[in-house]
Amino acid sequence: MPREDVAEFTIESVQVLAEDETVDEELIPDLSDEQLLELYESMKRSRRLDERAIALQRRGELGTYAPAIGQEAAQVGTAFAMADGDWIVPSFREQPALLVRGTPPEQILQYALGMEEGAEIPDGEGALPPAIPVGTQPLHAAGIGWGEALQDRDNVAVTYFGDGATSEGDVYEAFNFAGVYDAQTVFVCQNNRYAISTGIEKQTRAETFAQKAIAAGIDGIRVDGNDILAVYRVAQEAIEQARDGDPVLIEALTYRRSMHTTSDDPTAYRESEEEAEWEARDPILRFQVFLEDRGLLDSETEDEIDERIESELADAIDQARTANEAVDPADMFRYVYDELPPYLEAQLEAFEAERGGETDG
Amino acid sequence: MAERLRMIEAVGETLRSELERDDGVVVYGEDVGRAGGVFRATEGLIDDYPDRVFDSPVAEAGIVGVGVGLAATGMRPVPEIQFQSFLYQGFHQLAQHVARIRSRTRGTITCPMTIRTPYGGGIHALELHSESFEAGFSHVPGLKVAIPSSPAETAGLLRSSIRSPDPVVFMEPTRLYRSFREEVPDDHEVPLGEARVVEDGDDVTVVAWGSMLRETLDAVDEIDASVEVIDPRTLYPLDTETIADSVRKTGRCVVVHEAPRTGGLAGEITARINEEAFLYLEAPVERVTGYDVPVPLFAREDDYLPDADRIEDGIRSALEF
Repeated sequence: MPREDVAEFTIESVQVLAEDETVDEELIPDLSDEQLLELYESMKRSRRLDERAIALQRRGELGTYAPAIGQEAAQVGTAFAMADGDWIVPSFREQPALLVRGTPPEQILQYALGMEEGAEIPDGEGALPPAIPVGTQPLHAAGIGWGEALQDRDNVAVTYFGDGATSEGDVYEAFNFAGVYDAQTVFVCQNNRYAISTGIEKQTRAETFAQKAIAAGIDGIRVDGNDILAVYRVAQEAIEQARDGDPVLIEALTYRRSMHTTSDDPTAYRESEEEAEWEARDPILRFQVFLEDRGLLDSETEDEIDERIESELADAIDQARTANEAVDPADMFRYVYDELPPYLEAQLEAFEAERGGETDG
Repeated sequence: MAERLRMIEAVGETLRSELERDDGVVVYGEDVGRAGGVFRATEGLIDDYPDRVFDSPVAEAGIVGVGVGLAATGMRPVPEIQFQSFLYQGFHQLAQHVARIRSRTRGTITCPMTIRTPYGGGIHALELHSESFEAGFSHVPGLKVAIPSSPAETAGLLRSSIRSPDPVVFMEPTRLYRSFREEVPDDHEVPLGEARVVEDGDDVTVVAWGSMLRETLDAVDEIDASVEVIDPRTLYPLDTETIADSVRKTGRCVVVHEAPRTGGLAGEITARINEEAFLYLEAPVERVTGYDVPVPLFAREDDYLPDADRIEDGIRSALEF
């Protein structure tokens, strides 16, 4: 057999709203004015939640927190394309997507306050709690997408992870399982340029993260992750494709404008020029200009949105604080197994006796 | 109707009846479909349940991890990991997600998964095909760990594991797969978390599980004393009461396992006896275990594994202390 090419591939990249504010009219997704404003408000709500959370952490009220500032379009756009009944399988930085899917902000804050209550899934909601170990949860999404297919249901699982996660074996295993079993799964890789301090050039020699799908035989596509119209468009197509049993990997090209978590100082590994460059490409700013140009947003509407967000967040913070005061530490025994085994029952009794003793003494 | 089955057949028959009973049960793993598993435990299941029995990619983290997702959608995954040492590749999924998802979501998402895996030495297998890591799995709150010692026990424990709302690591002693037949009642269930007193006795208690129980029974035959033999069956949660009650009666105890000694479950059982029955002890608790070395290749395997002679010696030193 002579030497010949037996496989070749290309990776498509999509942008609707260019950085210079020119718009590809043909690619604008079919969304009403209200929906467009909803996208904008969702991004702003998440940004303010993150800003408030950072401030609360700095005051010592919250534990370590991973802000998604800069990544709002990648998440809101994908989550907005999901339907009722679809599953969200997040990592630990998915506030924008979770808020769109209906997780109340007080629950996000509760989790950051160190309470399992924040990871409790409301009845009937398709969601898994935040996954802390990098790159472990795409497998769960592959399993959900497979389980939905096995039970002849239409629901899709959408999972989120970063560029660093693609170096973990589990992530490839997830693509591969999803492909083999026609899982109804969409993988959203937010290429935000850094895995804590490690830049993408040290993460992989691959030209794109989207092409990591190719080896598993599933489709990979890249999108400008700071362009919410492009993200929504690509996500909608991917979700419909996954609904038919063809999983997709989306690489959303974006930038984590703030720290990895509140324990991290990005000035140690990032140049301020680079940060300034990405500040100018901010997803909220870019979309705001688009909405203003179309006459959908003026300063009055903007003020209304901001006020609504501030008052909602103030309530959420109050609720999270109140919930924190009501924490029952004995709860840690109650959910380990369906029924408390005798030795745990004994440990719970000993724990309560000790606590009782402390209160009395 | 009760049938006389080998352990491997008991596994297959139990899987078949649970697939029949519950549409949510899904059996998958490397080679479990067409080939029926490397030990043939799942032979023929794919023919009867082609929509719920699957060959999977060679990816142990994946096999364990997708189970979390399957369970979240309401299914009851029963994956097979070909040999227990390969479950190390999925241990992070076990410890980070499978075992904790109930706790961390306060019961709103659960993972009723049974991970079957052959374990243990004695079949002259390749390197890393003979390990006994039950102590490691038993250190992860939220998991249950079960090890059967006979065909009937296998059917009973496996059925309870599959029906359990909690995740179970179900370790099958490879060495006993085809070693003997036993009557297995239909729809047999053995509750998780309850030990079995295999033989009654008054002079010394011996605790042993899996293939070590067989060795222990051989050793006991050689001993001129009244030996009580206990099979914990579930290593986690461990039925401390049955063991402590026995030690209160006999005053002496020997714990036998083929896993390495340090950090092995014999240490935990000894500690529990100290807590529950210390004043009844007439001798220190004796441990008969594997050595603290990697399980050797099979040329030295027989020297590594506790056998009836070593167990007999252990029982004698407890008796003669």
